Formats: sequence, structure tokens, C-alpha cells
Amino acid sequence: MTAPIISLKNIDVTFTPKGKTIHAVQDVSIDVEKGDIYGIVGYSGAGKSTLVRTVNLLQEPTTGSVTINGETIFKKEARTAAQKITGHELKEKRRKIGMIFQHFNLLNERTVEDNVLFALENSKEKEAVKKEKVAKLLELVDLSDRAKQYPSQLSGGQKQRVAIARALANDPEILISDEATSALDPKTTRQILALLKKLNDEYNLTVLLITHEMDAVKEIADKVAVMQNGRVLEKGSTLDIFTNPQAELTKEFIATATNQDQAIATITASDTIKNLPEGQVFAQLTYSGNSTNEPLITSLYQHFGIVANILYGNVEVLQGTEVGSLLVILSGEQDNFEDALDFLAARSVSVNILKGEQA
Amino acid sequence: MSTWFSQTFPNVVYQGWGGDTGWGTAIFQTLFMTFWSAVFGGLLGLIFGIGLVVTGPRGITPNKTIFWILDKIVSVFRAVPFIILLAFIAPFTKALVGTQIGINAALVPLSLGVFPFYARQIQVALSEVDSGIVEAAQAVGASFSQIVFGVYIKEGRSEIIRVSTVTLISLIGLTAMAGAIGAGGLGNMAVAYGYNRFANDTTLVATILVLIMVLIVQVTGDWLAKKYNHK
Repeated sequence: MTAPIISLKNIDVTFTPKGKTIHAVQDVSIDVEKGDIYGIVGYSGAGKSTLVRTVNLLQEPTTGSVTINGETIFKKEARTAAQKITGHELKEKRRKIGMIFQHFNLLNERTVEDNVLFALENSKEKEAVKKEKVAKLLELVDLSDRAKQYPSQLSGGQKQRVAIARALANDPEILISDEATSALDPKTTRQILALLKKLNDEYNLTVLLITHEMDAVKEIADKVAVMQNGRVLEKGSTLDIFTNPQAELTKEFIATATNQDQAIATITASDTIKNLPEGQVFAQLTYSGNSTNEPLITSLYQHFGIVANILYGNVEVLQGTEVGSLLVILSGEQDNFEDALDFLAARSVSVNILKGEQA
Repeated sequence: MSTWFSQTFPNVVYQGWGGDTGWGTAIFQTLFMTFWSAVFGGLLGLIFGIGLVVTGPRGITPNKTIFWILDKIVSVFRAVPFIILLAFIAPFTKALVGTQIGINAALVPLSLGVFPFYARQIQVALSEVDSGIVEAAQAVGASFSQIVFGVYIKEGRSEIIRVSTVTLISLIGLTAMAGAIGAGGLGNMAVAYGYNRFANDTTLVATILVLIMVLIVQVTGDWLAKKYNHK
């Protein structure tokens, strides 16, 4: 395995406004491999934006080191002076790290093409070459017909596409997306995410995706880190995190993203569950990968005589792997329940009993 | 018409057009003082205003010492009433332009009188430029001058025009006081030849001429500010 394209080590960011100390980021280490779409999830104030701003040093860490493509651009340990690249080198480096924002941050007084051209002002290319490049980028984001318009004449999704074109102007290897879809409607959000995925596929662009929506992560990210109070609670492949979340916050995020919490709440409040007869169990079955191919429900009946009444079902596809969830009422012979649960466990189906007592 | 005018405004006619005390001369003096002190004071104000924004706590190169110095200079100069400033800096004026009276001498206090006002206005105008846009420019590796001219000035253009209009109008007001050091102008006409000689018609016409100037500046400024606003 080659060296990670982004390597953040023991990053601490501390603000001291008016003598009060705020630990925005605490001891965070993250490695992002080239070609990853790496999601960083957390609620507002979790420190995700501050953390990613250390990647291009828009925010200098209080302590810790930032390594991009094997080159350490910033390093500071407690009570030592910071070692960092020169201002000129930093500007060069920043051109290879694109960034898009929640509020787009386009130059209002420049047309769409001039916004993209602004990022090329330091390029040594001839004007004609730059113009051609701008035209290509606008074609890539499907905005060629809007080149002469001002940002105020565009919709939110179009503005974000201009911002993406601008971020890509210097052929970056990394794109930081800081809540880039948070101000957009669901449909536009999917379009922007699809565009990021396309850039990742076609240009092997590494994407750092900061968001508070697990939905966005679920859609395109390969890996994810969950942040709270400046710390990373857990990190791993999206599939692992979704199928086997450890932290409470992660579970909460996933439940929201898959609409399961809502389904569980609605069904739990229904009369069927309120008046659940003795001996029946209301449970959630979660399964992934190969187990989705097995006729689970049929097997339960054939082998154990247990009837599963399906109240809700959902299947997600994460990185090409199916992840399913069923809310069921199980009824049948008391003695068979334990065997049935073992049978399910053996097939990596996790069972979460929500109501009713059995074995 | 001309008989009616010379009967209703006898003193206005008496002043004549040319010569040291004529209307043409007074208009020219006011325009001359306004223009050149706008150039000098404007440049100084712009530099201080930009300096305050970029070295300020949320600026692109925060520097507490420079910010403190700029801030205090602006505050002190703003606090001195203009008519006192005229007298107070007379020795400095003399050292700079060789005389402390007359129209050229007036440019020094006028420029120094207007720049702190303009600097504050520019500071406010540029502070209104979305910090996110500045951050986006930093993220694409823009240089200091690209951020100052390409982002702050360009994005704040409409607001800069608006505050420049306000400043220019208050500068026209300041030139009226420059008569106190023999710089002439419409203000001097209104006071020295109008008020002091009980020639109310002269005062009235001088006032109307100043109002017309202010109006032209205001209308032009509003038009330009609107033209350069694409928000």
C-alpha cells in the first residue's frame, strides 16, 4: 500500500476567544488513501470543518502534523516552534487541493467563467489555454450555457457546480467538500453527490466529504469517520460502520439515514405492537452481503415452525453490498425460538428484540 | 428676465463671474479643492481602510500592532474638529506646500480631515465582503494582492462607491470651511460676501450651487453603485 494522500496526525485545534479555551479538535488522526471518498460525519460544532481546514492550512493546528502526498506541510509539538512550508509553497499546495463550501462562496461580481478563471490567475498558461480550460470545466459540470451569467442568476445547485469547476481548475488531487450539499434540496444534493462520485471514478480524485447527513455518506463514501466534541468516535469502511456501528451517535446517525428510527417509532406506537399477544416477539433483523440471498423467512418456518409477519423492510446498497433490515413479529413454539436465533446468528443476521420476551 | 434677476439678486450680479471674487472663480475653487483632496485623502483613506481590514482580527494577515497603530491614527484625526485641524496643522502645511494660506494650502488639512472618515467607511464596506469568499480565494492559492484587489475591492465595489459618494458629499461640506484660510470657494462666497455683508441673495445662490453639486454627486454615485452590484 502506498502512503496515504492525506495524513493528519494527532491534530489538536484550540481557540481562546476572550481567555476562554475551546478545544475544537482533540487528538484526531486520519489517513486518507488516494482515490478514497472519505466521509466525516457529525453534528454542527463537532469540529469537522475545523479539522478539514487543517488539510490546506486555512486553519493551523495548535499541535499535530499534516502530511499531503508524503510531504509534511505542517508540524508542531507542544512547546516547540511550528515547522511549516513557506507561504509561497503553501499557495502552490493549496492549488492542488480543491475546496467547495456550504454557501458556495462564489465571487458575486464576476461571471461564471470569470469565477473559474480566478482560480487560474496564477497559472503560467497563455490566456487562450486558460479560456479553453474554463470552457472544458464548465462543460464537465454542465454549465456551458451559463458562462456569461452572474452567480445571482443561478440556482443553488448550479452555483455549487460553478464552485466545483473552480475547485477543479488547477487539476487538484484532493477535493474537500465542506457541507457542500447542506444548503441544497434532496434532488440537487443527489446530483452534486453523483458528480463528486463521477469525478472520483473518472479522475481518481480523492474526496473529503464533510457532512451532517449520513445519507450523503451512504450514497458515495467508501470510508467514514464519526466526530463528536472534536474527537473521532469511530472510523472505518462505510459498510462496517453501517452494519456494525459501535458508538451511540453512529447508531443514531444511521437510524436517521435509513429512516429506521421513524419506522420503528411508528410501528411501536401502533395498536398491533401495543397489544402484542403473549408469546410473540417484535424484532428487528439486520443482515448484509450473502445472507440477503437466503430465503430467511421461509427457512424460519420450515425448520422451526416460526412465522414471521413482516411489518417493514428496507434494503440499502453500500459499496455494492446489500444491507437489509426487517421489522417483524415472530410467533411460534416457545422451545424453537432459541434454536431459531442461533440459526440466524450463524448466518450473520443480527436480531434486536424490540418488544416481547422469549427464551 | 435679466432685469428681474439683477433687481432681485443685486449682490449676486455685483460679484461678477471672473476675478478674485467672481462666481466662476468660487465654483472652480470648490471643485479644485474637492477633486484634489478627494484624490489625496481618498488614497490615504483607502490605504488605511484596507490596512485595517487585512490586519484586523478577522483579516487575512492579522497583526495586532499595525492594526492598533492604524486604528489610533484614524480615531485621533477623526476626533479633531475640522476648523481646529485647519489651524492646528498650519506649520505642517507650510513645511509641505510652502505656505499656510490659499487654495493649495487648504488641500493639506482637507485631505487629512477627510481620510480618517473615508478609512472607517472603507473598513466597514470591506468588512461586509463575505469572509467565505475570501476563504475560497485563499483555498485556490490566491496571493495577497489578488485577495485585496480581486476579492475585497472587486466584491466590495458597489459598497465602496456608495461610501465614496457619502465621503465626497461631506468633503464638499469641508471645503466650505477652507475659506477660513483664504482658499476661497462657494462656502467663502456665502459667508464672506453674503452673510458678512448682509447680502442674503449671495448666500442663497451660493447655497443653491453647493446643493446642485451635492445632488450631481449623489445621483451619479447611486447610479454607479447600482450598476456595479450583481449580488
